[in-house]
Amino acid sequence: MIKIGVPSKGRLMEKTFDWFGERGLTMRRTGNEREYSGTVDGVEGVELVLLSAGEVPRELAAGRIHLGVTGTDLVREKLADWSEIVAEVAPLGFGHADLIIAVPNAWVDVDTLDDLDAAAAAFRATHGFRLRIATKYHRLVRDFLTANGVADYQLVDSQGATEGTVKNLTAEAIADITSSGETLRANHLKILSDSLVLKSEAMLFRSKVAEDPALPHLLTKLGF
Amino acid sequence: MTTKADIRAEAEALFAAFRAAGAVPVEADILLPAETLLDLYGEDIRARAYVTSDPLRGEMMLRPDFTVPVVQAHMAHGADPARYCYLGEVFRKQDHRGPRANEYLQVGFELFDRAAPEAADAEVFALFQTLLAPLGLRAATGDIGILMAAVRGLSTSERRKQALLRHVWRPKRFRQLLDRFAGRAPMPEARAQLLGRLASDTPEALIEAAGTFVGLRAPEEIAARAAALIEDAATPALAAPEAALLYDLLSLQAPARAALAHLRGITPMLPAIAPAVDRFAARLDALQARGIDTATLPFEASHGRTSLEYYDGFVFSFHAADAALPPVASGGRYDALTGVLGQGQSIPAVGGVIRPGLVARLKGGAA
Repeated sequence: MIKIGVPSKGRLMEKTFDWFGERGLTMRRTGNEREYSGTVDGVEGVELVLLSAGEVPRELAAGRIHLGVTGTDLVREKLADWSEIVAEVAPLGFGHADLIIAVPNAWVDVDTLDDLDAAAAAFRATHGFRLRIATKYHRLVRDFLTANGVADYQLVDSQGATEGTVKNLTAEAIADITSSGETLRANHLKILSDSLVLKSEAMLFRSKVAEDPALPHLLTKLGF
Repeated sequence: MTTKADIRAEAEALFAAFRAAGAVPVEADILLPAETLLDLYGEDIRARAYVTSDPLRGEMMLRPDFTVPVVQAHMAHGADPARYCYLGEVFRKQDHRGPRANEYLQVGFELFDRAAPEAADAEVFALFQTLLAPLGLRAATGDIGILMAAVRGLSTSERRKQALLRHVWRPKRFRQLLDRFAGRAPMPEARAQLLGRLASDTPEALIEAAGTFVGLRAPEEIAARAAALIEDAATPALAAPEAALLYDLLSLQAPARAALAHLRGITPMLPAIAPAVDRFAARLDALQARGIDTATLPFEASHGRTSLEYYDGFVFSFHAADAALPPVASGGRYDALTGVLGQGQSIPAVGGVIRPGLVARLKGGAA
């Protein structure tokens, strides 16, 4: 049985269903609308696993699902050496978003990572602690800042409403996913001009640790 | 195949040798408060250390190295001078698959001594050299103090010197800053535009115009940095000969005595490095007196600039022929760290660690 992991709710799920539907695999939820179960029609031996997009990387890495749809940001954040564990099968053409670093609009002296680094040094000297950057993308952001020589910062965990942390004084800056930038603007934040950490999009991934003899056939049917 | 028992035996032998050299054994906790380590090393340590949370004690770290707990123990109730040794596991997260261990033994020796730092450097290096001699390792040495002295001696603004000193341990970033300060790299377009905007009005007016103010970083802090940027833009580039000397120093790599002769040669043009070069010379004499051949001892002025940022003087490491292996031993001087951890007190300190796992493996391979 080939297991395909798909985000369990919202537009991401609907668009994923559409994408598979266009390729002859009809996916639909079954049972009560709150029940996380679904089926796949149009091909034998395929099971639909509905789960949070954030859990898809882990399930692929464990080999509990053969294929999975999630954002490239989540795979890169959650799986060290991701390309040894999963393979990108195809971008699905939606879910485009950029992982960026943003600071208050009022920081008229800060436009680049270079400025952020200098501001962080001064901030630490003034306040006695490192400048806080709120994010849920710890590994990606840390690697990015290290590679760009930014020091004197600390990451603070924020699993949601990250743009609000600056106003709430729990962080000085944020690193988060944005597509239109509207939420950033609404929270009086601006994007540093050279702070594109990653361009993310929805992607169909294949686990390199889960095997199934019927998998090549299914991939062929999907057009890959 | 090297077993854990082989490694433990090797560690015990090294530990005994350190005790025989006069060191007092110290024990350190495995669970350490994360805050001290994070404050000292920054976010990078979080990528390398296992962090766990305790409902009563907050964020804790599995010991990523012994230096901090040993220095803290010494600052709390140590004799002066003092020699310490320790043996135990350290834990390091690895971000890539491969042979690098997540948990391994370290055996270390630390020397706290105010009287004669160069003699202390030589004592530690010679001790390691002697213990590791059977393995035929390649030694590497450096001295971050010379580079720091050169930066402090530059004829430029204090702000630029501080920016360079802050990034001494990040060679790529240091180089970028130096290129800019030396006028070798053009001002980035974004900075030119930023300066243009800052010139258009007072910082206060610009902050006001930016809309709703959010965050802890106050308008005065923003205005202060804006003023600093404008001041920096008016700071002339480093004089070409001075910049050339610094570039020369960054790439200096030679046998220690030849390196000393070279440094003596450039000292008249960069007089600020004279005391650091004198210390280098005194160290070489002390090493020579302990039987180290300083005519062939490798020296690199930039050695040790990529490790955790606390070495600020003599640095050394010992490497196996297989470049894929981490250093078998490494160490250095960390005078400033004792000040940071000592809450006002400080004491010159030098020390290093050996990885008995690698020693056992190399011995096994040779057998």
